[in-house]
Amino acid sequence: MIMPITQVLAEVAPHFEGYVYPNESGTHPLWGVLIVLYPYITGLVAGAFIMASLVRVFQVKPLEPVYRLSLLTALAFLLCATLPLLCHLGHPERSYQIMITPHLTSPMAIFGFVYAWYLMAVLLLELWFDYRRDFVAWSEIETGWRRILYRTLALGMTDVSDKSVALDHKLSWIISIMGIPSAFLLHGYVGFIFGSIKANPWWGNAIMPIIFILSAMVSGIALCVFVYMVLCWLRRRAVDLRCLDMMGMYLFYALVIDATVEALDWIHRAYSAEEGFHVMEYMAQERLFYTLSIGQVLMGTLIPLLVLGTLQVARKYVPDIVRKRLYFTCGVFVLIGVLAMRWNVVMGGQFFSKSLRGVMSYKLEFAGAEGWLLGLVLLSLPFIILTVLIKLFLSERLPTEGHVPHRLEDPSI
Amino acid sequence: MNSSIPRRRILATFGGVFAGLLALPAARAVKKRLAKAPGAPRDYDPTKHKWLMCIDVDKCIGCGLCADACKTENHVPEAAHYFRTWIERYIIRKPAAGSATARGEVQVDSPNGGRGGFAPTLVPREEILKSFFVPKLCNLCEDSPCTQVCPVGATFDAPDGAVLIDPTYCIGCGFCIQACPYGCRFLSPVTKTAEKCTLCYHRITRGLKPACVETCPAQARVFGDLKNPVEDDPLQAFVRNNKVNTLKPHLGTNPRVLYANLDKEVR
Repeated sequence: MIMPITQVLAEVAPHFEGYVYPNESGTHPLWGVLIVLYPYITGLVAGAFIMASLVRVFQVKPLEPVYRLSLLTALAFLLCATLPLLCHLGHPERSYQIMITPHLTSPMAIFGFVYAWYLMAVLLLELWFDYRRDFVAWSEIETGWRRILYRTLALGMTDVSDKSVALDHKLSWIISIMGIPSAFLLHGYVGFIFGSIKANPWWGNAIMPIIFILSAMVSGIALCVFVYMVLCWLRRRAVDLRCLDMMGMYLFYALVIDATVEALDWIHRAYSAEEGFHVMEYMAQERLFYTLSIGQVLMGTLIPLLVLGTLQVARKYVPDIVRKRLYFTCGVFVLIGVLAMRWNVVMGGQFFSKSLRGVMSYKLEFAGAEGWLLGLVLLSLPFIILTVLIKLFLSERLPTEGHVPHRLEDPSI
Repeated sequence: MNSSIPRRRILATFGGVFAGLLALPAARAVKKRLAKAPGAPRDYDPTKHKWLMCIDVDKCIGCGLCADACKTENHVPEAAHYFRTWIERYIIRKPAAGSATARGEVQVDSPNGGRGGFAPTLVPREEILKSFFVPKLCNLCEDSPCTQVCPVGATFDAPDGAVLIDPTYCIGCGFCIQACPYGCRFLSPVTKTAEKCTLCYHRITRGLKPACVETCPAQARVFGDLKNPVEDDPLQAFVRNNKVNTLKPHLGTNPRVLYANLDKEVR
């Protein structure tokens, strides 16, 4: 009795089959659930930003109700994107060395700069230019600490003349255009961190960055669907169905491209059947059956593809309430599916030995530095931050005069 | 009030901060120039040496003294999943009757890294086609993937061919461990940094041999300096007299640990 409880609370010893190098036979894989969350969260950032870019750059008007929400979602997740990495490091106190003395041939080192660029030069700037006029207006109507906050965030630029606001919009548009390749770079680079490891046949793959970017877009759009619907439900507001249909359409198209490229990757691997493919085949059929076949393929890809595809051709025959539930379900399924995909990439690559002669059985522990409790906390953190950001910058009490012409709760869109 | 000037200033400040961050890598070059290989005496000049390790698989008897000596010499953590060098035992079975194959199943093991030798195999003698031992250690890659991926440059290629880690600089991310195709690295539970074979750098820079070479009773490991060959140099003789190979040559890492009599099953 005591033993199982100990295993749940502390550490579950792995089990090995075949031969693994002695240094690989440790108590748990070197990169655990925290490293699974790192590409997941980063992907959500990139996807949510691209969602916002659809409004700003590509003028997809029906998506305007989720423009600011997407940007704030991207910010909330971006602020947490490096936390799993930091928690995982043996010496987190030395992490600043990545920025101070980066080793320029390392994908991980360059990621630090890509992250800094994306946070400081893209997302924060775009948000600031978009919100500046509102900050000025809110600082006048609000009192107390909120007034101080909005005034501070306006950075002393209180000119809200048409000329000045037009300049804000122009700069925001330029930043948004820069932001699209930056978002691709941000998450493509995460893919490259894995794709560049030639020692590991599961990871070392030229199209890994592309797979990561596409799955990021899918997960980002799904997150926006999820957050938008939850927010409307919490505020007891009607969901803008036109916006939801449009998000569903983009989710479907992104999913089609993502599934095609991932399938192509597997077909190529199976056809070329290079050294190590037999191990990968075994992994897919045995060790990763639930997360790959059920989580990633069935739940995260096939079911949403089928449902969203049907909705594209038969939307008008489906009642609104059913449509809303289907979109929500697909969003949640895709979010779970992409999390499963990250697990399959990160953990799958470590479940077999680089000797290609052995595999590892691993049960995620509950507590501890690589346990799912810490993973859950880190995954909850962006949602907590997003709640605060929504309270501050997407409040129903505050009039919006920035880019967004329609307020979130306006059902007439 | 004309706000375009302060806005421009703020943008310039942002740009300045970012440019500053980009300029900082220069500091790394300065640090690298000032850095000294860990464990080496002051008068040691790494540019005047080029170390090479050769291993004759046929000579290894699997006694495990090398793995034991390495643990002792380098204070490697005792647990059975921390090794700078270890021995693998390969047992290749005879092919099943009528299978029309040249060899049967391959069985590999390395209990406790081969320390203390190997217990007799449970495979019946008459079923064994052949068996042999393979010592493993850092492959001293010329194009080392571990060095390439280290985000802070804590892992570096010394001019004398050793691949070393600065433990005071390593952030413990584990990227190098993932990038090593040979499983030669581990994250030390003591220092929380990556660790690997240094060729006993504190010894070789003082004219001694690595502990594993020193203790090998079968002289399966041959170690030497390519820039300072001695008379009847065993290194030169080894390369001249054997057909040598490296582990996983298809990965393009160009290892500088050369193996003689290496079987295709060894990875």
